[in-house]
Amino acid sequence: MELHDLSLRQLRDGLHKRDFSAVELTQTLLKRIHILNPQLNAFVTITENEALAAAAKADDRLAAGENGLLLGLPLAHKDIFCTADVRTTCGSKMLEHFVAPYDATVVARLAAEGMVTLGKLNMDEFAMGSSNETSHFGPVCNPWDRSMVPGGSSGGSAAAVAAGLVPVATGTDTGGSIRQPAALCGITGVKPTYGRVSRFGMIAFASSLDQGGPMARSAEDCALLLNVMAAHDPRDSTSHPAAASDFLRGLDRPLQGLRVGVPEEFFGEGLDPEVAAAVQAGIAELERQGAVIQSIRLPNNPHAVSTYYVLAPAEASSNLSRFDGVRYTHRSAHIEDLTDLYKQSRYEGFGAEVRRRILVGTYVLSAGYYDAYYRKAQQVRSLIREDFRRAFAEVDVIVGPTTPGPAFPLGAKNDDPVAMYLADIYTIAVNLAGIPAVSLPCGLTQSGLPIGMQLMGDYFADDLLLNVAHRYQQETEWHLKRPQLAVGEA
Amino acid sequence: MAFEAPAVGCGGGMSMDWEVVIGLEVHAQLNTATKIFCACPTTFGAAPNTHTCPVCLAMPGALPVLNVAAVDKAIALGLAIGAELNRHSVFARKNYFYPDLPKGYQISQYELPVVGKGTLTVQMADGSEKIVGITRAHLEEDAGKSLHEAFVGQSGIDLNRAGTPLLEIVSEPDMRAPAEAVAYLKKLHALVRYLNICDGNMQEGSFRCDANVSLRRPGAPFGTRAEIKNLNSFRFLEKAIEYEILRQRDILESGGSIVQETRLYDANRDETRSMRSKEEANDYRYFPDPDLLPLVLDEARIERVRQSLPELPDAKRDRFVAQYHLSIYDAGVLTAGRVLADYYEVVADGVDGKLAANWVMGDLLGALNKAGIEIEDCPLSAEKLRVLVQRIEDKTISGKIAKDLFEEIFHQGGDIDALIDSRGLRQITDVAAIASMVDAIIAAHPSQVADFRAGKDKLLGFFVGQAMKASQGKANPDQVNALLLERLHAPE
Repeated sequence: MELHDLSLRQLRDGLHKRDFSAVELTQTLLKRIHILNPQLNAFVTITENEALAAAAKADDRLAAGENGLLLGLPLAHKDIFCTADVRTTCGSKMLEHFVAPYDATVVARLAAEGMVTLGKLNMDEFAMGSSNETSHFGPVCNPWDRSMVPGGSSGGSAAAVAAGLVPVATGTDTGGSIRQPAALCGITGVKPTYGRVSRFGMIAFASSLDQGGPMARSAEDCALLLNVMAAHDPRDSTSHPAAASDFLRGLDRPLQGLRVGVPEEFFGEGLDPEVAAAVQAGIAELERQGAVIQSIRLPNNPHAVSTYYVLAPAEASSNLSRFDGVRYTHRSAHIEDLTDLYKQSRYEGFGAEVRRRILVGTYVLSAGYYDAYYRKAQQVRSLIREDFRRAFAEVDVIVGPTTPGPAFPLGAKNDDPVAMYLADIYTIAVNLAGIPAVSLPCGLTQSGLPIGMQLMGDYFADDLLLNVAHRYQQETEWHLKRPQLAVGEA
Repeated sequence: MAFEAPAVGCGGGMSMDWEVVIGLEVHAQLNTATKIFCACPTTFGAAPNTHTCPVCLAMPGALPVLNVAAVDKAIALGLAIGAELNRHSVFARKNYFYPDLPKGYQISQYELPVVGKGTLTVQMADGSEKIVGITRAHLEEDAGKSLHEAFVGQSGIDLNRAGTPLLEIVSEPDMRAPAEAVAYLKKLHALVRYLNICDGNMQEGSFRCDANVSLRRPGAPFGTRAEIKNLNSFRFLEKAIEYEILRQRDILESGGSIVQETRLYDANRDETRSMRSKEEANDYRYFPDPDLLPLVLDEARIERVRQSLPELPDAKRDRFVAQYHLSIYDAGVLTAGRVLADYYEVVADGVDGKLAANWVMGDLLGALNKAGIEIEDCPLSAEKLRVLVQRIEDKTISGKIAKDLFEEIFHQGGDIDALIDSRGLRQITDVAAIASMVDAIIAAHPSQVADFRAGKDKLLGFFVGQAMKASQGKANPDQVNALLLERLHAPE
């Protein structure tokens, strides 16, 4: 196998056995990025010099006998995580030239482990999108079929990992933004329990829903990364005091007796038959390993999308007010007065989907509409939480499809926002409840596109989900499938 | 809280048919060392934008973390006004665009404030008391400042103040005269300084007030109100309300109706003028801030703040009345501020309370006022003033000499006993010495003596004056008086 195909554990073994140095590993991947990124557009910024310097430092630490699990291993960050001295665009013209004076907590923690950051990954603008087409820096292409979307909003992360540009990447998930692109690109992605991963320095879309998480080619690699990402952060008031955990410890526990719930609502109208079949096969594999399968109900799940599209835009409309043309953002050149400064800078700086959500969010918070929309949506959110609470009294894990279908063609849903929003129909309830979920590959369509299976758990059951995903991956090979990429094209 | 007060006639010839209804919103800047949601210092007067960080600059991804010191100060106010303390309160975002509001929203409290209903008892000049209801007090952050001077065609933004903690204290519409509003504001001002939760500096904007003013016929429902902003002194509050009463009365009496609006008080012109009407008002789109957890107060914390509370103004006033035998009025003046009260207590230690009060309230406050100095910066220590009062009490010096000495030590300093000795100011209390002086005066003024004995009692003052002049003010006036009367009434 080539370096770009290796897991984190294999790469670490290679570094420690001196098969290759961190600098050599970094150079190899940078070369691959330079060849493939023009085809995929996964990276917004490639930090070649910083990466080589960090790799040299990691080699020194390795030579000095340090043996951290992630020391010298490469990764890339979704461009929503602030990085000191390297621009952070959030996929927007608004922040095209923004350089933060600080690292996001997640970035700082991974850097402290000695990981080598290769660059910043493309994404839907301000994480608003399910296809990576709203990025100011152009869409990302799906490595399995470059005419298809990679999913979003963490589309750059998913494509980069799937294409072997990096072994692991960070992502964020507000309504499915880690799981949906993971599913569409055939990789494993974890949306942790809300409060596990610090949001400090992670540009806010919808604060009560946003959660950072790892994206990798296996559950084990996700666990390795999450071990460092998950930690209480005093700079984030919503960070949980017990956020940290060892997600590696229980990975191998057998699934004998595991109670698995399959929600009827996830297998109804609108689900692609190939996806349904692959997920059913995945459930059968869990059963084969000793899990007990039962049907469950999540009766309020059908309301999840509409609830989300009230609450998320409401929070976003306020979160994005700081991008006002006054300080570090894009500022229009055509301004006469203060009102112009706001209107023109924001009109020019934000793309259509972001503007749409700001308008929706502003509307639902307005006097006279708040009760009918925002307050009502919060009430439905409680009902959705209650659905899960009842379900987890009966089962340990809930399993279903991550998405209603495989990757769709670029441009296919651009004129129909609601069709686009329905791409997240199975992922959104998890964010509204704040529970953890994992998407992992469980099949390929006839046309060779990946299919994702979603595991959902109770609060702080992230380790159990990783355990189930890992056991599944021990017995199956879907996570080892790789897209065919024309490396010679460049 | 609702009670009826008699219609009040206000300055400017207000007709007796209108009753003014006033409610105040006070923003008290809490004197914490650091800002409410980040660790930047709150000190006033630093170079622009030097007391800032990613949080108060609203950089992307920066998050607020509540400064619990601000919460303790809010609890202290709540306890002092006997308010309900909400065990569960919620921070909300108040959304609007302004360049000095970097996040595009202010973090405040809306539906669930930390402090609920309380009351403040206010003493009026005529000795009556008035209970003013306090609706709520909530925590919020201050905005920065826009600087329009020193820039041509541009504005500067200074975000040093952005994120400074504020406690907004909202009264019920319980006040019925400008004087009541002023008395309430003064009482609240004294209270926050007693509690050491706010420095009370109105000029620097640490204690700001908006007034809601409306008129109605007595007993009728409340009229439409105008909110007057920018009242940064007690005097401006009084004048702005007086102006507003006349303005609204003229409109109402000419058949018009009041527009609900925000008005700005212009001190230079002594008038209020419209800033924006209700229709132009922002829709703030309040909603709970998802970056902050609900604020939960536990009993232990409330109890800890309760234990740390100082003696409050009303309790101190009542103690002064009992302990120092002062009138309620004098005790009220002396306890209006914690520093003055402490000063007085040092002066009164071991001397007559009433005499000490006269000196502090009369000479000292007069001199401070004349010099434009606050009691906090008083050049004369309380210990020194006490020595002066002691020397009067033990008859070392006369009151007249004491006044001269006070002037000197207030302005130039110096040791009182040393000055008394070096200048020979010691009061003459030797009976023989005073007697010989009195005899000499009587001998030197035979015609006045005759007139006095013929019934012109007023001439006693003349003789006392002569004696004081002869003794250069040092003769004990009581003894002089007694001896003069004895000699003048003595048979020839």
